[in-house]
Amino acid sequence: MNSHQGEMKGDKQMNTSVLEERSKVPATLSARALSQVKNNGALWAFFLLLLINILITPNFLQIQTLYVNLTQVATVAIVAIGMTLVIASGGIDLSVGALMALAGTIAPMIFLSDFAASWPALGLVLAIVVAIAVAGLAGLFNGYLISVYKIQPIIATLILFISGRGIAQVLTNGELQTFDNPSFEFIGTGRILGVPVQAIITIVLALSIAWVIKRSIYGRFLLAVGGNEKAAELAGVPAKKIKMLTYMICGLLAGIAGLISTAINSASDANQTGQLMELDAISAAIVGGVLLTGGKAPILGAVLGAAIIQLVGYTLLANGVHDAVAMVAKAVIIIVAVYLQQVKGAK
Amino acid sequence: MNILTRVINLPGLKRKAHASRQAEGVLIALAVITLFASLRYDAFLSEYNIMTFLAYNSMFILIGLGMCFVIMTGGIDLSVGSVVALSSVVVAKVSEYGIEVALPVGILVGVTTGTINALVITRLKIVPFIATLAMMLGARGMALVISGNQSVDVSWESNFTQFGLGKMFDFIPWPVVTMLLAFAFCWLLLEKFAFGRHVLAIGGNEEASKLMGLEVNRTLFGVYVLSGALAGLSGVMLASGFGAGQPLEGLGWELSAIAAVVVGGTLLTGGLGSITSTLLGAILLGLIFNILNFENGLGTISFSAYWQSIIRGGFLLVVVVIQAKMMNRKKAH
Repeated sequence: MNSHQGEMKGDKQMNTSVLEERSKVPATLSARALSQVKNNGALWAFFLLLLINILITPNFLQIQTLYVNLTQVATVAIVAIGMTLVIASGGIDLSVGALMALAGTIAPMIFLSDFAASWPALGLVLAIVVAIAVAGLAGLFNGYLISVYKIQPIIATLILFISGRGIAQVLTNGELQTFDNPSFEFIGTGRILGVPVQAIITIVLALSIAWVIKRSIYGRFLLAVGGNEKAAELAGVPAKKIKMLTYMICGLLAGIAGLISTAINSASDANQTGQLMELDAISAAIVGGVLLTGGKAPILGAVLGAAIIQLVGYTLLANGVHDAVAMVAKAVIIIVAVYLQQVKGAK
Repeated sequence: MNILTRVINLPGLKRKAHASRQAEGVLIALAVITLFASLRYDAFLSEYNIMTFLAYNSMFILIGLGMCFVIMTGGIDLSVGSVVALSSVVVAKVSEYGIEVALPVGILVGVTTGTINALVITRLKIVPFIATLAMMLGARGMALVISGNQSVDVSWESNFTQFGLGKMFDFIPWPVVTMLLAFAFCWLLLEKFAFGRHVLAIGGNEEASKLMGLEVNRTLFGVYVLSGALAGLSGVMLASGFGAGQPLEGLGWELSAIAAVVVGGTLLTGGLGSITSTLLGAILLGLIFNILNFENGLGTISFSAYWQSIIRGGFLLVVVVIQAKMMNRKKAH
């Protein structure tokens, strides 16, 4: 029954994308982003949260508050973008937290090595490139299992969820790697024109991926595969390649998030980096309006979803509510968001 | 083949054949590993090792059994790990009244969370993955709120810890007895009662089951409540065996349980499954840790505990790839 509903929703989605394509109304990215978020009410929720905070949270309207929230939300938002793509393809990725730990562990191992000691600049570049590439390869591995062996995404990504962090822990023997490398730490603690670097990375990634989804063949194909894979394949969409690419992008983004998280702490912790990230990313993607049945990829919605979840946590924390209550609140938000989506979908 | 024959066939011949083949596969793997380990390590087949191993793994087997039912309906229950933590915290708080009170309370905690899961899934029509994901967060949050963010000491005056540490006839640990009873209960439920057939029919094809007049919602209700109740029971074992209610324990247990069910050969698409293979699957995954411990004890090589997750993941990979190859070949024919 669920799959049946999914197909119907997917078809509807495909129709609308065709219509959009035909009308070719020149709309700016921001206008389209606005309509994207207005549809699922997430933007209203966000403004409501802002208003509540301005009214009740002490010192909310200060630049410091903005910085704290931007710093904390960046990694979730980046991973949520990848998760949105994966969910749009009709799948799920449980391994993102483990891949963050893996990338976050590999980078310091490289720039702390003897080689990097003699070639600091090259060592740093290698550290970043190799760490992200490993996460991307891991994502590709997920995609391979899912598209070639037809293993359900939840099980296929469960494999790396279990062993990915294990590999990171074995590499470091489970110990903390601390480092003092200002150029690497820049991606976690630096600022450009006063804006935290990771916030800039997040925005650049979000805008460029949103653009790719709207404008490229890949975007069209992804939504087609997520909407109705069989139909898409019959229509000549290379569904397997699209899926592999999607999981790879999700892995790459998790790798970037892992590096940022490590840079913020000036230490890599294979046990803690990215812990429970898969849940936060899935929650953010859902609040952002992605359909679990696939076929819709609201990238900017995912960023907004991450911001909403972050803001709820911050609101409760800043007003002295127990940290754990925020988890319960998050649970309620997820259910309400999905329920509202479904009610709207049924109309 | 039309839908009706599929539904009728699945609970019968086809399932039996599939289940027995799976059970065979797991059993052979288990036999090989046990033989290898018993030849290599002197103490492997000692009473102490077997009982300790089973007692510790009883917690995982319990949630694996519940997960097996959920997966057979085509669903998933991600909340069990958090429910174990919540139950352990709650029963630690009431441990002074003895196990007679704590045991039902722990199960009740699981029944409550299971009921909420079931209501969200059947009434709000939210997919099990999301409904139980929310409960995963919710139950964990409740556990942390109730415990005030730290582990809750249990009472050592009452008979509460006897349940986790004591033995029946001074021989079989109580958790093992409980686990075996739960296993027998689940086996009967699946094999001998209409409920079991309904579970498989729904997993085979929910829409067709509805058309045939099966009480789909009631069956789903039963499945999520059962999964919750077993998780609650597992929480009682945790608190009683380790002497504390632990709000941060049980992280990722739901995924180990899913792995055990999958290694046992139950398909995630529902409609097929076996309680016995799930038990064997859970034991097989548990053995990996046991063997690593022994291997380190020999002192020839030293594996850190972290290797166990890599090996478990690798094991899962091998199993699902073999399964997928078998399934795809069948489809090709």
